[in-house]
Amino acid sequence: MTLMAYSPFVAQVRLVNITKQFDGVTAVEDINLDIADREFMILLGPSGCGKSTLLRIIAGLEDPTEGEVWIGDKMVNDVLPKQRDVAMVFQSYALYPHKTVQANIEFPLKVRKVAKTERGVAALAAADSLGLGEYMQRKPAALSGGQRQRVALARAIVRKPAVFCMDEPLSNLDAKLRGETRAELIALHQRLESTFIYVTHDQVEAMTMGTRIAVMSRGHLEQIGSPQEVYDKPASVFVAQFVGMPPMNILPAGSLESGNHLVGVRPEQLEIAASGPLSMKVTLVEQLGHEVLVTGDVGAKRFVVRVAAHTIAPRIGDVVGLDAPEAGRHRFDATTEQRIDA
Amino acid sequence: MKKRRWRDFGLAGLMLGPSAAVLSLFVIYPLVKAVWYGHQRCDASLSKCRTTSWHQYIDAFRSNEFQDSLIVTLKYALITVPIGLVLGISLAVLADKHIKGIGIFRTIFSSTVATSVAVASVMWFFLLNPSVGILADWLGGSAKTPGLLQKQGLALWAVSASSIWANLGFTFIVVTAGLQSVPKDLYESAYVDGANGWSRFTNVTLPMISPTLLFASVVLVTRAFQSFGEIDLLTAGGPKGETTTLTYLAYGQGLATSNDGGLRATVSVLLFFVLLILALVQFRGLEKRVHYGN
Repeated sequence: MTLMAYSPFVAQVRLVNITKQFDGVTAVEDINLDIADREFMILLGPSGCGKSTLLRIIAGLEDPTEGEVWIGDKMVNDVLPKQRDVAMVFQSYALYPHKTVQANIEFPLKVRKVAKTERGVAALAAADSLGLGEYMQRKPAALSGGQRQRVALARAIVRKPAVFCMDEPLSNLDAKLRGETRAELIALHQRLESTFIYVTHDQVEAMTMGTRIAVMSRGHLEQIGSPQEVYDKPASVFVAQFVGMPPMNILPAGSLESGNHLVGVRPEQLEIAASGPLSMKVTLVEQLGHEVLVTGDVGAKRFVVRVAAHTIAPRIGDVVGLDAPEAGRHRFDATTEQRIDA
Repeated sequence: MKKRRWRDFGLAGLMLGPSAAVLSLFVIYPLVKAVWYGHQRCDASLSKCRTTSWHQYIDAFRSNEFQDSLIVTLKYALITVPIGLVLGISLAVLADKHIKGIGIFRTIFSSTVATSVAVASVMWFFLLNPSVGILADWLGGSAKTPGLLQKQGLALWAVSASSIWANLGFTFIVVTAGLQSVPKDLYESAYVDGANGWSRFTNVTLPMISPTLLFASVVLVTRAFQSFGEIDLLTAGGPKGETTTLTYLAYGQGLATSNDGGLRATVSVLLFFVLLILALVQFRGLEKRVHYGN
C-alpha cells in the first residue's frame, strides 16, 4: 500500500519582516521569504545563523518578536502549532521511547481524536510507505538510527500536513545512510506534493535536495535561489565560501585585476599554467581517485586547485603558475563583500 | 596461575574489608541479634532474657495488637504516599518553568527536606493545638474540641498531614530532577502534533519520569512504615491505638510490648519482612509500567 498524494490546500509560506530576539540578543533580523506551494526549500547556514529559529517560528514553537508569518492565505502569528497544519521532524527524532512504533506514528491522530481503527489504517499506510511495516510493535530503542528517523518521518506524514518542517533530520546518520535517505526524502517530497522546509548546515544536502536554497548568516538572509544559481552566482563572499567544497578561493584586491574589488575563483576553474599571472607554492596534494586537490600558498592566502585525475599533478614544494579564465571569476566589493555584476 | 588467583583474592578481600566490616557491624550483627531476641521474652532493657520458642513470631503476627497496627500502618501509607506523590509531582511540574524568580519557589518547596521530623512535628503540634493553633482555629469544630490529634477517626489524618508536609521536599526534589532529564524535543514534538497540556503530561511527562516515581514511591512507602517521630510527638499512638503503627508498636511507650525487649524485637523483625515483601511487590508490579530510557 502506498500513500496517495495529497495537498489539502495551497501551502504557501510567507515570512514578512521577521525578527526574533532572545533576551535582547537578535537571532534573526528582518527576514522576508516566500516559500511556494509544494516547494522543497532549504534553509542553509552555519550553526548559530538563525535557520532553526526561523523554522521554529514557522512551526509555531517560537513567536517572532516582529513580523508576520503567513501559511496559505492566513496570518498564523497567533495560531497554535496544531492548527497551522504543520508537522515537524526533529534532529533527535523526538520519538516517545515508551511507545511502540505504531503508537508513535498514531500519536498525532490520537490527540486529534481520530477513531482507533482509522488511526491504525493510516499508521500502517504511513509505515508501509517507508518500509516500517514489520517493526510496528517494536519500541524505538530496538531500532537502528535510520529506522528511527523513518518512524519520525512516518509520524509527520500520517496526518497529512500541508507543510513539513525538518530540522537537520539526517545529521545523526552515518554518511552512507545519509546519502540513501537524501534520495528517499526527494522521492517522498515528490510523492506527497506538499511544501517541505528543511534546515541543514550540510551543503551537499542543500544542493541535492532543494528546489531553492535560502543561505543564512548571522541572522540574515544572504541569498535565495536555486542550487545552481547559488553555486554559479554567489551573492556574497560568505555564500561563495559556504557553498562549494572546497570553498571558493578569494584573492585580495589588486592581485589579479586592477581595481578595488575582491576576485573569487572556484577550485575547478583555476588552471595550472606556467605562464599564469599568479604563483603558488604547493603545500599539499590530495589524491581523491576521481580528482586531485592541490593546496598551496598564493602570497599570504591559501588556495585550493582541483585537477582532473590522471593528469600530472605538481608535487609538494613545487612553485606553479596559476591562471583564472575570465568566465570563472567572481567579483565582490572589498568593503561590503557583496557581488558586483559587470 | 593458582598463586596469582590467591593474590587477587587477597587484594579483593583487602578492598572489600572496610565496607564488609561496616556492614557487618551496623547491619548484619544487629539484624541477627534482633532475630535472636525475637524468640525470647526479656525485660525492658534486654538484660534478662529467657528463650521461649520460634513460634513467638507466628503468635506475635497473629496477635490483635500486631494485626491492628498493621492495618493502621497500611492506612497511614495509603493516605500519605498517594497524596504526597500527587502534591510533589504537582509542585515540581509547577516549578519546572523558566520564569524569573522561580528559584525562590523551588527553595521554598524543597525546604522541608532540611527540616527534621522533630521540628516538623512540633510545628504541626502547635498548628493543630486546640487552644493556640492557627489551623485548629480555622478548621473549628472537632479541631477545637477535643482537637484533631485526640479525635478518633481524624487523628491518623492529622498525623498524615504532618508526614506529607515533611516528605514533600524530598518528593519535590526527586521529581524535579526527573523532569529535568526529559528531553525538551519530546514536549515540542507533542505540542506541534496537537497535544494539549494534559495530553503532554500523560503521554510524555509521566512515562518519562516513571523510574523516578517508582523510586519515590518505594522510599515513601518505606518511610510510612518506619515513621515513628511524628506519631510519638503528636499522638503517642492514640487515641485508642488509632495511630499505633508497626514501628510505634516496636518502640512506643505504654503499650503491651513496652516492657518486653524480646517482643519488640519480634515486631521489628516482622516489620522488616513486611517491608521486604512490599518493596518486592512494588518493583514487580510497577516495573512493567516503568520505562528506563533507551
